[in-house]
Amino acid sequence: MSTALLTDITIFVLSLWVGFEVISKVPATLHTPLMSAANSIHGIVLAGAMLIAVTADNALGYVIAFIAAAFAAMNVVGGYVVTGRMLKMFRRRSVPAAESKSAVTAAAQQNGSGS
Amino acid sequence: MTGFDTAIQLIYVAAASAFVLGLHLMNTPATARRGNQVSVAGMVAALAATLALIIHTGAISATGWIVMIAGALVGGGAGLYSARTVRMTAMPQLVSVFNAVGGGAAALVGIHDYTRLAGAGQGVAGWITITTVLDVIIGAVTFSGSIVAAGKLQGVITSAPVSFPGARAVNVALAVVALGVGGYLIGTPSVALLSVIIVVSLVFGVSMVMPIGGADMPVVISLLNAFTGTAVAMAGFVIDNWAMIIAGALVGASGGILTKLMADAMNRSIGNIIVGGFGTGDTAVAELPGASAGVRAIEADDAAIQLAYAAKVIIVPGYGLAAAQAQHAVAELADVLESRGVEVSYAIHPVAGRMPGHMNVLLAEANVPYPQLKEMDEINPEFARTDVALVIGANDVTNPAARRPGTAISGMPILDVDQAKNIIVIKRSMGQGYAGIDNELYVNPKTSMYFADAKKALAGLTSAVKTLVG
Repeated sequence: MSTALLTDITIFVLSLWVGFEVISKVPATLHTPLMSAANSIHGIVLAGAMLIAVTADNALGYVIAFIAAAFAAMNVVGGYVVTGRMLKMFRRRSVPAAESKSAVTAAAQQNGSGS
Repeated sequence: MTGFDTAIQLIYVAAASAFVLGLHLMNTPATARRGNQVSVAGMVAALAATLALIIHTGAISATGWIVMIAGALVGGGAGLYSARTVRMTAMPQLVSVFNAVGGGAAALVGIHDYTRLAGAGQGVAGWITITTVLDVIIGAVTFSGSIVAAGKLQGVITSAPVSFPGARAVNVALAVVALGVGGYLIGTPSVALLSVIIVVSLVFGVSMVMPIGGADMPVVISLLNAFTGTAVAMAGFVIDNWAMIIAGALVGASGGILTKLMADAMNRSIGNIIVGGFGTGDTAVAELPGASAGVRAIEADDAAIQLAYAAKVIIVPGYGLAAAQAQHAVAELADVLESRGVEVSYAIHPVAGRMPGHMNVLLAEANVPYPQLKEMDEINPEFARTDVALVIGANDVTNPAARRPGTAISGMPILDVDQAKNIIVIKRSMGQGYAGIDNELYVNPKTSMYFADAKKALAGLTSAVKTLVG
């Protein structure tokens, strides 16, 4: 097994664990935006689609590269735009200063009891 | 490794860090928007680095440029248009479509690289074959499976489980063929055999999702999301691209976790859901005596009185709310009630709707502040001191039959709506829920049924409350 492959496998496995750790803490309220964000991140496949356009040298290769680029670009652009649109909608009620202060205190207490 | 290549790799690492940080910031609604921006920045950096790499290598043909740019413009335009115009109620379909194209692109990357190597008559390294086969299988399954899922969500394909005797055997056979041919390829590169894998995987994607019913969609969408991520990571192995390996693995893991959470919320295993929906088995339904007995109907005025004079109201939304596009109507009713001093909150079951967090997005669109949306564990103890629980288009997740053994939904965690002092259920008809069993909540003496379309019913209630209290 080559060093390059071992490096790739190491990166893959560690990234899986990072993914598990980071996602486990996301509250249910944000599950749809989270999924949509994850969706946009796999749009990185556009990098792969761009790279295969380099090695393509016949009609079939170009057709595949074109479809791959179109699919991947749709994924990445659409994913980020729709995630942003969704997140823009999540808001607290615009609260008067006094109330927001008490909310902060409550949050601080919650943090205190949680630790 | 030249200095240039090192720089590219370092940018990929930075981009990957941005993806992790972006997902981390999704932990709270307050930082989630920044998280998305960080993620976008990482993506732009990774793609710019890839572009620099391509220019630096200088191996791309003029046709290659045209193909790449035209494809990106066409796809980007389609993505932008659909993302800008989609209604929030159609969000699950759109996520499914993005899964489909992402998985499809990942499969195509593997297919292209393989045809290039094998077609040139060169040997293909064993591990390249393995990752290519996995990439193509997972990517193709995701592509066709996500399209079927989107079709079901859009109503183009029936959302009921579609199955036939022996379907399970066919699925197993397809999987065996795909993996078997893939194993054979390790020693003997063949483009023709790879095509067999592509076709078999596409068919498998369809036959995997067709038997799954609408209410299981939150699980399926999460699973397909995980699949796409894994396919992208495999494609990253094939063309040795770190950014794709890391990003793909992150998404694979996150999709996996969501899938598990959704399956747990229905007290079913992922395997059980994939193998087939409710009502396709022979689960005995243990009926309570008289379960189909008297149901009490109620009109808008009476329901409005109950709501207007309550101290605490909990709204329980379900898929019916999304189907009727009634999120703004319910928010308006809640505003009117709150202006009268009624305490209003929303009880959100983890699998309410058609994707994880579906109800939260719809209510956010209607300007409902997110602190009012309570998760199941948080809200359940509050039902006992609630005057009115208003159930809108939710069925199985409120059925007390889940607490008894022997029913199709036994053991599924439910919202304790039956603990409330009064219950009003807005529903179009007495039809059964997805699980195909009667909801015992509807015959509870405390329950009144308001038979109407959710949107009209809520508008009716709002105006009735307004007239009532002047």
